[in-house]
Amino acid sequence: MKRVVITGQGAISALGQSAEENLTAMREGRNGIGTLEFPNADRLSITIGGQLKTYDPGARFTRQQITLYDVFTQFALIAAEEAVAQSGLVFSDELAADAGVVLGTAGGGLQTQDENYRSVYEDGKNRVHPFVVPRLMNNAAASHVSMVHGLQGPAFTVATACASSNHAMGQAFNLIRTGASKVMLAGGSESMLCFGGIKAWEGLRVMSKDGCRPFSANRNGMVQGEGAAVFVFEEYEHARTRGADILAEVVGFAMTSDASDIVMPNKQGAKRAIAGALRDAGLPGEAIGYINAHGTGTTANDRTECAAVREVFGAHADSLMISSTKSMHGHLIGGTGAVELLACIMALREGVIAPTINYESPDPECDLDVVPNTAREARVEATLSNAFAFGGLNAVLALKRFA
Amino acid sequence: MPKSVEEQVIAIIAEQALIEPGDVSMDSTLEDLGIDSLGLVEAVFAIEETFDVSVPFNANDPAESEFDITNVKSMVAAVEKLVVEKSG
Repeated sequence: MKRVVITGQGAISALGQSAEENLTAMREGRNGIGTLEFPNADRLSITIGGQLKTYDPGARFTRQQITLYDVFTQFALIAAEEAVAQSGLVFSDELAADAGVVLGTAGGGLQTQDENYRSVYEDGKNRVHPFVVPRLMNNAAASHVSMVHGLQGPAFTVATACASSNHAMGQAFNLIRTGASKVMLAGGSESMLCFGGIKAWEGLRVMSKDGCRPFSANRNGMVQGEGAAVFVFEEYEHARTRGADILAEVVGFAMTSDASDIVMPNKQGAKRAIAGALRDAGLPGEAIGYINAHGTGTTANDRTECAAVREVFGAHADSLMISSTKSMHGHLIGGTGAVELLACIMALREGVIAPTINYESPDPECDLDVVPNTAREARVEATLSNAFAFGGLNAVLALKRFA
Repeated sequence: MPKSVEEQVIAIIAEQALIEPGDVSMDSTLEDLGIDSLGLVEAVFAIEETFDVSVPFNANDPAESEFDITNVKSMVAAVEKLVVEKSG
């Protein structure tokens, strides 16, 4: 089995338009959630989200590119470009054949669907733009990333709702580990902040109207965000030989299915995924200093997640730190695990633990060290990143400090 | 004669419980009727569509919502109140 390391990271979310801007916001415990602004937002009962307010597609892409790129593709391309630049990789013909991309998304080109349904149903038009299909397809982001960087190996999209990014990064990890690929761009992207996207979520009645407060007794639901993060996963010998700056090592991954309920989380499924990631990494529970929680801010998730962590870690559950950065950037659905992996890498590399902001009152059912409200300095050797999706699909990644 | 609010709410609940409206008792709880969280969200949606009202209900913590789901009787009363408030 090959070792897998991360040699580049890129991100865009309501917290900032680069990985560094996102990390700075996480260190400062900044809130990226505000009032949603898009057509017909006045007809929504949920009016907040982690929206990219200052993002200007025209500053990043040409008019022809924008014609082809849904916003979720734009976000993925921006994050991928940053990650590749940091890695210093040049995809020569030889490497390109051994390099690929796997990205998570849940909604794909939902903005494109929303705009074009509006056009044919509401505006009564009988003709749509010729590129509607290539814009909206779920693999559009992965395909454009592969085209821009010339990646000719494995390229695909994973859709497992809120666990999409973690499943995607887990696939990338295993492709490199088994020797099927040398370099994989991995992560996820999402852009559901449009009228149809939020209206659909309103129906389920799990969204908060006033804020994302994971683990806090007064939490009342999730808040959506948008954006992307992409990482360069690279085979260790390849990275070492070229003298790459290694950000962290990916050491374990596990996925499980609850096989029980389409929306309610299940402690057993979460527990098996967490324990499986530890086992895959060959790490004892005591090695984990920080967990980036799924921490959606719903009553059910946070309670179930904390119970699963307690069962897996036993007494060590009281020594480790667990935070939900969704409190700052919102829930990026299919892109969320990717943006959250930034916090794991920051913990390992910089010894800074991102906080759970908006924490107001303790919940006895979430009595772990959730790093309330302010970031903390701590030396951490290994971290986990949890993702537990609707549909009962769980994916947990384990990262280790590279020394 | 138009159906009363009570009859319509009971019909909605019966549909979710997969039983006849006549078999829904006013004291029944959702649990008695075998209605799970998804069934409840669907019932709330049906109530909103039927009466053109907005039901104050958060699926995160149904017990803490303003909409009293203790039993069929409490739900009927809550909907009657919403209907009155709307026409008033």
